[in-house]
Amino acid sequence: MQEVRLEVNGKRISKDVPDQTLLSELLRDILNLTGTHIGCDTSQCGACVVHVDGKSVKSCTVLAADINDSKITTIEGLSQNGKLHPMQEAFKKHHGLQCGFCTPGMVMSAIDLLKNKKNPSDQEIRDWLEGNICRCTGYQNIVAAVKEAANKS
Amino acid sequence: MKNFSYHTAKNIKEATKLASSKTAYLAGGMTTLPAIKLRMAAYSDLIDIKKIKDLTGIKVSGKTLKIGATTKHADVASSKEVKKSIASLSSLADGIGDPQVRNRGTIGGSIANNDPSADYPAACLALNANIHTSSRKIESSKFFKGMFETALKSGELIQSVEFQIPEKSCYVKFPNPASRYAIVGVYVAKFKSEVNVAVTGAKSYVFRCEEIEKILSKNFSESSLNSLNLKTSGLNADIHASADYRAHLILTLAKKAVASCK
Amino acid sequence: MASMIGSKVERKEDKKFLTGKGRYTADINFANQTYAYFVRSPHARAQIKSVDISKASKSKGVIKILTGEDLANDKIGGLIAGWKIVSQDGKDMKVPPHPPLAKDSVNYVGDHVAVVIAETLEQAKDAADLVNVNYKILKAVVNTSDAMKSEAIYEGIDQNLCFDFGLGDKGKAEEAFSKAEKVVSIDLVNNRLIPNAMEPRASIGDYNPSSEELTLYTTNQNPHLTRLVLSAFNGIAPEHKFRVVAPDVGGGFGSKIYPYAEDAVVAWAAKKIEKPVKWVAERTESFLSDCHGRDHITHAQLALQKDGKITGLKVETIANIGAYASLFATVTPTYLYAPLVLGLYNIPVAFCNVKAVFTNTAPVDAYRGAGRPEATYMIERLIEKAAKELGMDRAEFRVKNFINKFPHQQCLVHNIDSGDYSAHLNKALELSDYKNFEKRKSESASKGKLRGIGFSTYIEACGIAPSAVVMSIGAGVGLWESAEIRFNATGNVSVFTGAHSHGQGHDTTFAQIVSDKLGVALENIELIHGDTDKGPFGMGTYGSRSLAVGGTAIVKACDKIIDKGKKVAAKMLEAKPEEIDFKSGEFVVKNSNKKKTIGEIAFACYLPGQYGEIKSPLPEGVEPGLKETAFYDPINFSFPAGTHICEVEVDPNTGETKVVTYTAVDDFGTVINPMIVEGQVHGGVVQGIGQALYENAHYDKSGQLTTASYMDYAMPRADNFPEFKIAYTSTPATSNPLGVKGCGEAGAIAAPPAVINAVVDAINTEISMPATSEKVWDALQNKKSNREAA
Repeated sequence: MQEVRLEVNGKRISKDVPDQTLLSELLRDILNLTGTHIGCDTSQCGACVVHVDGKSVKSCTVLAADINDSKITTIEGLSQNGKLHPMQEAFKKHHGLQCGFCTPGMVMSAIDLLKNKKNPSDQEIRDWLEGNICRCTGYQNIVAAVKEAANKS
Repeated sequence: MKNFSYHTAKNIKEATKLASSKTAYLAGGMTTLPAIKLRMAAYSDLIDIKKIKDLTGIKVSGKTLKIGATTKHADVASSKEVKKSIASLSSLADGIGDPQVRNRGTIGGSIANNDPSADYPAACLALNANIHTSSRKIESSKFFKGMFETALKSGELIQSVEFQIPEKSCYVKFPNPASRYAIVGVYVAKFKSEVNVAVTGAKSYVFRCEEIEKILSKNFSESSLNSLNLKTSGLNADIHASADYRAHLILTLAKKAVASCK
Repeated sequence: MASMIGSKVERKEDKKFLTGKGRYTADINFANQTYAYFVRSPHARAQIKSVDISKASKSKGVIKILTGEDLANDKIGGLIAGWKIVSQDGKDMKVPPHPPLAKDSVNYVGDHVAVVIAETLEQAKDAADLVNVNYKILKAVVNTSDAMKSEAIYEGIDQNLCFDFGLGDKGKAEEAFSKAEKVVSIDLVNNRLIPNAMEPRASIGDYNPSSEELTLYTTNQNPHLTRLVLSAFNGIAPEHKFRVVAPDVGGGFGSKIYPYAEDAVVAWAAKKIEKPVKWVAERTESFLSDCHGRDHITHAQLALQKDGKITGLKVETIANIGAYASLFATVTPTYLYAPLVLGLYNIPVAFCNVKAVFTNTAPVDAYRGAGRPEATYMIERLIEKAAKELGMDRAEFRVKNFINKFPHQQCLVHNIDSGDYSAHLNKALELSDYKNFEKRKSESASKGKLRGIGFSTYIEACGIAPSAVVMSIGAGVGLWESAEIRFNATGNVSVFTGAHSHGQGHDTTFAQIVSDKLGVALENIELIHGDTDKGPFGMGTYGSRSLAVGGTAIVKACDKIIDKGKKVAAKMLEAKPEEIDFKSGEFVVKNSNKKKTIGEIAFACYLPGQYGEIKSPLPEGVEPGLKETAFYDPINFSFPAGTHICEVEVDPNTGETKVVTYTAVDDFGTVINPMIVEGQVHGGVVQGIGQALYENAHYDKSGQLTTASYMDYAMPRADNFPEFKIAYTSTPATSNPLGVKGCGEAGAIAAPPAVINAVVDAINTEISMPATSEKVWDALQNKKSNREAA
């Protein structure tokens, strides 16, 4: 067992977990933060993307024990006092989601893009989202949403 | 996932002491963790080496660029030193996997894994890299031994990779539309006295294409390769590409790399 | 209140999904739940000699291991084919038994052999490794084209032939060809696809021993039908003791219309061990065992006059339906395919023959478009080829043969009620700047690139469909839809639909309809679906039917509410019911200002009498309460149509092909929410381009699926596409009061031929799907060497 101390969405937590526990398992099964989804076994789909110390990672490919003392932000931690994050707001406005399954990872990834690049071009947005697969939207409205969020921030 | 014990090593000595044939070092975990998850690999212990300070960082000294084993792809991609000394290496790192993989994956992990279609092994061969390990220095020409196979002995730990800075270089990758790994990737590096052309994705492991090197050493131009026909023997043939197509891509990408060499 | 129809309304369901509060099956947990892991066949075809669970049973944490024998002992029935097809010789189709856990033989890699139930998933997996299955490996039948020539997989099914179906007048078609001035033929492969909804399938069975009620939570597009099938055919539990819940579902695309073996087994097991049993597919399991799509081989011929008028069509198709006949496997390549081979052209005679074959591959069933993409790919590739061979402009050639009078009875099945095909073609020509294509082509050429343009003018039959018609041609159920409008006393509304939303945005679109009809604000309308214990029996969501059929049921239920409301309002306003008008949420006495809001009427219906301030007596004979149910059986299919134009650029050095522009002009009749419809088009087009350029399910000779992960199966990603240009034309459907036609599948139907026609135009030689870089390069090399040889 490993003692894992983290700050998750602004809240300090400490849990004893088996050594092999993945961050995605800690979030979903232990902390009941089921907004982080699992869509594949090969770290390709991106439904599980969360932020570790502000950077987007695939939580299905990170051990919980490996990121001790980090700050984690998940999709559940974005909106503040009931107000949606500008990226969430933009996804809603531009219909950047349909079934909603890839959405948490997509939003977390897109937020990280804007940290790295303030005003990305369409192509830069599309390139960045290489690690997030969406089967519903055809991506066009996601790109529009990310652009809008970039313009607003 | 299958059970294993997780350890954090504070220094190289501690890491190597914990290591055995049943253990694995854990850096980014981008390959190790999915392999365990899919039950394609099993270990008694994973030894996390990311807390070892000496293993990370980027340093240019004279004619070489040294990158610590646990330096992440994203850090190599954004490093000013790398951009200035070997720009092609920076863009190679920027093209590995996706942003999330680049935020976790490390150069040492990529090289130790020696995936037949990984990018970094091609950089090592093309840029005459020396691989510094916990016990020795290995020339990259002697490091990559076969599919997922390297010269590393049990418990031997990569500390850093030291690249020779070329006059100019370029890496061109033709990605697999599914995995985004290289179907073929060609790294061309021109040094004062030689031209190296390393190819990934095309055989069971990375190799140098001597036929192209020979021609480019005499005449470093795209057109000099026009009459060359590469043999297909030994090249990979799978559902993603035939040997013929790979042979053609090696040449096509090599030309493109020569034309774009900076 | 402004009309809600046609308004871009932001989706009501988005907030939960954007804040991580969606509740998908895998997110549901029970305190004492157990975990199921399936032992699957590693072989494409084998006899099961024995299944030894003795070692596995002793493994840590194991609660129960169940096999095909246990299933047979409990008399659990097999999975069914829901649509009976009759062959040309008058004989019924032949289907093999499909037990949820195999007992005697396994017939594809991933076939279900046993289930291990343990306290944790890892324990279940560990034990599964110890289940010892003794197989006698048999030679697998893999290839679609070889299936009929290969050894029979099942006893009694000769040539592995499920059916040999014919539609049309063969004699007349032959006659048209004998008189033809020109015949154009084409040979096509419609590649096998794997649907890949981003949410992997999952099921949880939960049995309540005191009430003897069984609940199945499952990733499903069609919970009522799933309950019916699992109850009536598998015998899992009687319908009144069985609840199926399809909570938030992360995409379906057809692959989640029906119950799977895992649903049956998990539900059965939960009842058996009296503990919740949870199963969640790993992605590789999804690749292996979700039903696949398409997989046709087709030879088609078009008979023409010299002037370009089409005089006949003949189509011969072999459809690979995999190892078993899945629920919609038999209707997909027949009635959803054959009538559509005519496209939107006026073709006087046609004959279509479809042979469905079994192979040792995953079952093939409906996937976005189901039959219609295959038909459209065939006719649109053939049309483009014919135009080229005749030396006619492909737009002109199409216009010459378009149906232009409505209603139009086609020579095969459909009676098309409305359309204006030149309208969307012209709009698409303009939007795509067709007239300047040659200029763009030479610009590409100056960069060393080959540019091509391709068209697809498609039609589809949606809104499936009149029950009497579909049942007369073999459907096991009627395809009506239900709705219930339940006013609450305080004036807000609960709307129940038998359709299921898994990305389509019904919560919003259906609420818009109710809001428009009843004048209730959107935020006071809640759509409820996906739970057999809540709403009335419904037929689910597929075939672009939800709005045309389910939406109409809602309209009908609203009409009943208004009718009753008029009676109540008349009493309260001291007028006659026929003197009451209903508009924008108000019941108004004609030529007066006397009125009651619908909220007041609802209140009256629940408090029918006089009590202090309340004065709301109901008229005599009117029941209290305000709740109406409607079942709607459509009178016809609906026929969306449109024109898609694609431009590609090919790098001849590598064969790499990129879609550089894509224009879609669709006629969906009335559009309720243009934002949602546009999203459906985008998604469909990307799946269609995915089929044309990237996606392919590949089995090797031994029947191993070599594309069983995202490492090998190329999913379309954001960087594969340009921004699409989208526009609409509109000829409302006459078969439903909303005038809607359906939009969910259009993109996936229209895009493949548009893309491939563009690639063929660019490289000037035939190519098959997916047009991968290597294939395109290869085609260019062959062309070059043929030219050199000549």
